[in-house]
Amino acid sequence: MSGSYDADESGYFGDFGGRFMPEALVAALDELTEAWQEATADETFRADFDAILRDYAGVPSPLYDAARLSEQVGARILLKREDLNHTGAHKIRNVLGQALLTKRMGKKRVIAETGAGQHGVASATAAAYFGLDCTVYMGAVDVKRQALNVARMNLLGAKVVSVESGSATLKDAINEALRDWVATVDHTAYLFGTAAGPHPFPSMVRDFCRGIGDEARAQCLELTGRLPDVVAACVGGGSNAIGAFTAFLDDPDVAIWGFEAGGDGVETGRHAATIFAGDSGVLHGARTYVLQDEDGQTIESHSISAGLDYPGVGPQHSHLAKTGRATYLPVTDAEAMEALALLSRTEGIIPAIESAHAVAGALREAKALVAEKGPDTTILINLSGRGDKDMDTVTQWFKLGEYEEEAGQ
Amino acid sequence: MSAAPAFDKARGEGRAALVGYLPAGFPDVPGAIDALKVMVDAGVDVVEIGLPYSDPVMDGPTIQAAAQQALDGGVRTADVLRTVEAVAATGAPTLIMTYWNPVERYGVDRFARDLASAGGAGLITPDLTPDSGAEWIAAADAHDLDKVFLVAPSSTDERIAMTVDNCRGFVYATAVMGVTGVRTSTSDLAQPLVARTKKVTDLPVGVGLGVSNGDQAAEIAAYADGVIVGSAFVRTLLDAGADRAAGHAALAVLTEDLAAGVRRA
Repeated sequence: MSGSYDADESGYFGDFGGRFMPEALVAALDELTEAWQEATADETFRADFDAILRDYAGVPSPLYDAARLSEQVGARILLKREDLNHTGAHKIRNVLGQALLTKRMGKKRVIAETGAGQHGVASATAAAYFGLDCTVYMGAVDVKRQALNVARMNLLGAKVVSVESGSATLKDAINEALRDWVATVDHTAYLFGTAAGPHPFPSMVRDFCRGIGDEARAQCLELTGRLPDVVAACVGGGSNAIGAFTAFLDDPDVAIWGFEAGGDGVETGRHAATIFAGDSGVLHGARTYVLQDEDGQTIESHSISAGLDYPGVGPQHSHLAKTGRATYLPVTDAEAMEALALLSRTEGIIPAIESAHAVAGALREAKALVAEKGPDTTILINLSGRGDKDMDTVTQWFKLGEYEEEAGQ
Repeated sequence: MSAAPAFDKARGEGRAALVGYLPAGFPDVPGAIDALKVMVDAGVDVVEIGLPYSDPVMDGPTIQAAAQQALDGGVRTADVLRTVEAVAATGAPTLIMTYWNPVERYGVDRFARDLASAGGAGLITPDLTPDSGAEWIAAADAHDLDKVFLVAPSSTDERIAMTVDNCRGFVYATAVMGVTGVRTSTSDLAQPLVARTKKVTDLPVGVGLGVSNGDQAAEIAAYADGVIVGSAFVRTLLDAGADRAAGHAALAVLTEDLAAGVRRA
C-alpha cells in the first residue's frame, strides 16, 4: 500500500532520508530491502505477522473513548491503547516484524540499541520468542538510570553492553551497534528501534508499526461514524507517531500533530525538539532534522523521557513537517508530567512519560480547535506505552510515596 | 592538488606508498600539525587528516578517543582546514577524511573551495558512497579535488565498478569487515578485494587494515599500491601522553619502520 508521502526507490522522502552509510554495510542494507519487499508481498509472511501480533502481543489494541478526560477538555478524546500491548508499548510490533524477517533471512543473531530500555526489552523478548541470540547496546548513563530494564533484558536472555563512548546515551548506543554490525553483518540482523536510520529502516519500521493507525482508523469509524479531527502522537525517533499517522496521511481533513520533547523549554537549549528547533543534516545514515552546532557536531538532547531523548528524528517526519502535512510542536517536561498526573487521576491510566507528551500537547493545542469546532471535536491520541517503567522518575518529580499513619496507634 | 603523483612516484620506485592518518586537533591544533610534519619527514608519502566528529561510527576506540580529545579541546572545522594548509605546505598530498555531516553543514561547495585554497588534495568519505554523493562529486570536480570513496569485502562487483568510476586520486579498500583499529594479524579478505578492484580500475588502490608495523606493511605492499596507517600513529601519540618530544620520536621510529616495510615487498 503506497501513499503520497512514501519514499522513492532510494529511500528519499522528498529532501530527507536516503542512505549515508559505510560501503561495508550497503550490501546488507540492499539484502534487507529486498528481503523486506519480498516478505511484504508474501501472504504467508503477512499472515504469520498478524497471528503473532494477535496471539502473543495482544494486538489489535483497543481504541478507548476516554469519557472523563473528554468532559474535562470539552472535546471527545479517543486513546489508542498501545500501552496494553505485550511489553507495554507499541515497540513490540516493530521488533516482532523485524525478528520474523530475520528468521526468514536465516540469520541467527540480532543486535539492538536502546535508550530507556523499552526497545531493548522488546528486542530481547522477540529474540526469546524466535530463539535468536541477542545483544543490546545501551549508553552507560542509561544503564544506571534504567536498572529495572537491564534486569528484564538479562532475564530474557539478552546480553547488555554498556556504552561508555561519546555522551554514553542513545545516539552512542546506535554508534556502537553500527560498529558491531559492520563486523558481524554476515550472520547478524540489526533490529533498529525507530523509524529512522538508513533506507530501508524508516519505511520498514513504519510498515511494521502502521497497524496502529490502520486499526485506529477503522475503530474510530466504527465508534464515531467518522474520522477524527486530529491524530496526535509523541515523536522521538518517531516510530509510534509514523505508525499512527500513516493511515490518515491521505485524509486531508484529519490534522496530524506530533509532539517533541521540549525538555526544560526550547529557549533553554535543553530539549529534544529536533524538528521544531533543529536543522537539516545527516545523522545515523539519513538526511533529516538534527540538533547540531555550527560545525555539524551533534548536540546532546535533553528530556525527562528517555524514549524521546534523541537528537535526530525519522526522515519521513522531517518530510511531513516540511510539506506542512503534519505539525510538530514541543511539550516541556513539566507539561508532560502534568498530563501524566491528569490521565492517571481522571482515567486510571498511568501512561509512559513519552505518551504523556502526546496527551499534554493534544490537550493544549485542542483549545483553539474546540473553540472553532465545538464539543464534537474528536482527538485521537496514540497512547504509545504504559508508565510502570517511569515510576522512579514520577515518584521523584511529584515527591510521591507518602502515606498517613493510622490514627490511634 | 592530487594524491596521484605521490602514488606514481612510489610506483616508479617499485614500492607502495605510505599513507598516514592523524585527526586534526589531537592532541591540540599545533600538536597535530607538528606530529604530521614529523611523519612526513620520516617517510609518509600521503597525509590523511581526520575531521573529528561527534558520531564516528566507523572508528574503533583508539581513534574515537583521539577525536573526542580534539573535540573537547574545541577544534573547529576551520582549524582542520588550517591544519591542512600547514601540512600541505610540506609538499605531501594532504586529504581530509571526514564523516559527511560536517561537510554538509559547512556547505559542500564552500568546503571544496576552502579545501582547495588551503592546498588540500581532496576528501576521503567513509559514510558517503558515490550513489549518495552527487553534490560532493560536482563540488570536487569544480575545484579539482580527489574523491576517495571506499570499497569493502562485502561490496558486489557492480558496486566496486560504480565506486571506482567515481574515484579520483586513489581507491580506499577497507579490507576488514569492522571498525578502525590495530590488528595483530592481516586479513585474508584484503588481497581478493584489491584484486577485484584492480580488475576494473587503473587507479592506485590503498589498503586500510589496522597495520601497525613494517612487516604487516610489507605484506600488504606486495599486492596494494598504498598502505594506510591510522590507529597505530594515534596509539603512539596517546601512549606518549604529555611528553611531546617522546611522542614525536616514537612517531618517527614507527614511520621509518613502516616506510621500510613498503619498500621491501
